[in-house]
Amino acid sequence: MRLRLVPQNTTWDFFSRSRLWLGISALLMVVAFVSFILQGLNYGIDFRGGTTIRTESAQPVDVGAYRDALQTLNLGDVTISEVFDPTFGPDQNVAMIRIQAQEGQESVSAEIIASAQEALTTVAPDIQFVSVESVGPKVSGELIQTAAIAVLLAIGAVLIYIWLRFEWQFALGAVAALVHDVLLTIGIFSELQIKFDLAIIAALLTIVGYSLNDTVVVFDRVRENLRKYKKKDLKEVLNISINETLSRTMMTSVTTLIALVSLFVLGGDVIRGFVFAMIWGVIIGTYSSIFVASAILLWLGVKRDWSKPDQTQGNQFANVDA
Amino acid sequence: MLQIDLWKRIVIWGVVALGLLMALPNAFYTRVEGHNDALAEIEAMGATDAREEAAAAWPGFMPSGLVNLGLDLRGGAHLLAEVQVDDVYEARMEALWPELRDALRPERATIGTIRLQPSDPDELVVRISEPDGIARAVEVARGLARPVTSLTGAGAQDLEVAGEGDLLRVTLSEAERLATDERTVRQSLEIIRRRIDEVGTREPTIQRQGSDRILIQVPGIGSAAELKEIIGTTAQLTFQPVVGRGASAEDNAGVGNEILPSLDEEGVYYTLETAPVVTGEELVDAQPSFDQNGRPAVSFRFNPSGARKFGDYTAENIGNPFAIVLDDEVISAPVIQSHIPGGSGIITGNFTVEESTQLAVLLRAGALPAELIFLEERTIGPELGADSIVAGQIATIVAFVAVLVFMVLSYGLFGVFANVALIINIGLIFGLLSTIGATLTLPGIAGIVLTVGMAVDANVLVFERIREELRGGKGPARAIELGYEKALSAIVDANITTFITAVILFAMGSGPVRGFAITLGLGIMTSVFTAIFVTRLMIVLWFERRRPKTIEV
Repeated sequence: MRLRLVPQNTTWDFFSRSRLWLGISALLMVVAFVSFILQGLNYGIDFRGGTTIRTESAQPVDVGAYRDALQTLNLGDVTISEVFDPTFGPDQNVAMIRIQAQEGQESVSAEIIASAQEALTTVAPDIQFVSVESVGPKVSGELIQTAAIAVLLAIGAVLIYIWLRFEWQFALGAVAALVHDVLLTIGIFSELQIKFDLAIIAALLTIVGYSLNDTVVVFDRVRENLRKYKKKDLKEVLNISINETLSRTMMTSVTTLIALVSLFVLGGDVIRGFVFAMIWGVIIGTYSSIFVASAILLWLGVKRDWSKPDQTQGNQFANVDA
Repeated sequence: MLQIDLWKRIVIWGVVALGLLMALPNAFYTRVEGHNDALAEIEAMGATDAREEAAAAWPGFMPSGLVNLGLDLRGGAHLLAEVQVDDVYEARMEALWPELRDALRPERATIGTIRLQPSDPDELVVRISEPDGIARAVEVARGLARPVTSLTGAGAQDLEVAGEGDLLRVTLSEAERLATDERTVRQSLEIIRRRIDEVGTREPTIQRQGSDRILIQVPGIGSAAELKEIIGTTAQLTFQPVVGRGASAEDNAGVGNEILPSLDEEGVYYTLETAPVVTGEELVDAQPSFDQNGRPAVSFRFNPSGARKFGDYTAENIGNPFAIVLDDEVISAPVIQSHIPGGSGIITGNFTVEESTQLAVLLRAGALPAELIFLEERTIGPELGADSIVAGQIATIVAFVAVLVFMVLSYGLFGVFANVALIINIGLIFGLLSTIGATLTLPGIAGIVLTVGMAVDANVLVFERIREELRGGKGPARAIELGYEKALSAIVDANITTFITAVILFAMGSGPVRGFAITLGLGIMTSVFTAIFVTRLMIVLWFERRRPKTIEV
């Protein structure tokens, strides 16, 4: 007996409430955007400059004492948080200390780090500084710009690729799904105030890649079925295609999620935010390839005039491998 | 029917075997690392028994390429430095002043007396007492210009000279600035590399980034501060004429002069001419040695042009003191006893043996032509790196086993085929990483884990398609064939789009992000290869042997 995530022959109607789903997605995107505008992201030092110090000691972390010790140095905004993780040993107490970029300093000041370390050592004599990272404001400004360009470039490249391989309606549908995924990911980072750093940009781009992967598989089937069922209307063809690929969609999402969840639980706190972004992305990416990309495709419509076979497949690049 | 040519089978298995062979050293990481280190040491310093033994721990005919571990896994320091290229303009202008003065002197009759005016550091402003002679002064100054030595600046002169009223203004031309910037950054890069090599750390990364930045990553070093010390942010050696000696830094030095403290005498300051006689750039060698009283010292030798300048200066200034300045501190200010030809000399001071050795290393590696400003610095402790590796390993193994079990539950025997392909896939990723010498980072491990999840996708696409064909009443052989045929376009499209994002990530990202892009990109390639070729070959082999009437996928 085989494990089946979905029944063998499904004929679910994914578009009976397509307006509702599109509406919910649109609403969520608005919420995400408003949250991003009002609350902003909890940028890591990669994007706003400053210093983070990761400490480790055998004694429990006393956040108040740490704060008092650093207060005397007048370093401006200092945030201290204790880190908990199932992978830590019993006497492994970890804290993250973030110090804002100092006024009027382009470069990173070694004295500030040294003085902070000294102050912390008086509070907790056995403290170890397992990692110290500083980014100057000049670089952080550039990093955020590069990151934004990278995401836009990726979306643009994908738009062009799908347009070449399919038709423009498919490309728009896919890109709408991508924007949806990226926006919702940024939204949840803003809403939960999870640290947003360079690694999250990598996660965002992976989400772009993954969501697209899903969308393309559905679209590929739509393209095939459009040729197969010339008489059926687009909605029916889309439904057939999604149902036919549903088993694969679920299989791949579940195997990817299995891998990601094990990384989330066991991979340590350093990459937890990164893995969280990817888990979130896989879930909404799977959702968006059906309820956003396909719904938009249905809404835009596709040219169904198959009388001239030469022009039915988008353009000359459409079937190079088939 | 299901046919794969013999040569294709050989090629497929050959690629798999080769990939796994390249990946093999990583399974014996410490042993192979010891072997590689020992070989390098034997090459550099000759063989000892211990080294021979370490080298023999791994057979020489086996590949010995390893996946480099990134800083976040191994621990170490990362610096992003910006070269202050403008510093060099200043140095150039300072050096130009004596030359310009000597060139203008014979023209006193037309231009009158000349006087250096305070100005921006990157220009030279001279006031002449006879404004009518400005045209002649400009002409003389232009005569000092030389053609720019760079490809883009060909035909341009290095100096721009302008005369307004009684002021003569000399600056570097745009072409010369570009050429100078290029030279400065390359020189800095080279010097940083030499200094880090002197310390002998393993596999440092020293790269130029953009026009004026240098990325330095050194694994295994204690902290970024330590690394900065090795690089020596302002280790500049100069020999400057001494104007006077005083006890305060606040005295008025006069135009063209500067006041610098003494290194070892508390409260002593020297007034020096800013334009150096010779700089550390013209040193060719420096060695720790001892002076005639047996105290530690550093002996040095200049290149021919430095030797000539030093020789001329000492000949003309017997009895006057001159200062040896390191990092804007006067090491010593001896009086010139006699003409020193040949360009070699000795620096004495209150050194310990270590200090003189350190100073010699510093001088030998050459002074940095310009100051470095550090825009980014990261220190990752080795414990954190080790913890990350352990966590990453456990997570990867758990992810791997879970996916294997899940695949077998879902697809039975075909799931087993996919799993074998998945294991080969991971092997190939490591093989490729070792071959191209890529660096594995913590996000890189995440990339591998993600690949584990996604690598099965191509197989899933095929298997689902085979199921469909079977349901549609096709025979087993035909169903398998059609399954591969029809799933191909989806596999290709899906993976190319993901690959595009991996490429963009690689191009735009740096450090850990780039590590992630590499494993993701390689993972896509290997997973498509294993799904389309390896799994298929396994299925065909099984099918040929069993000839089943029905199959269940």
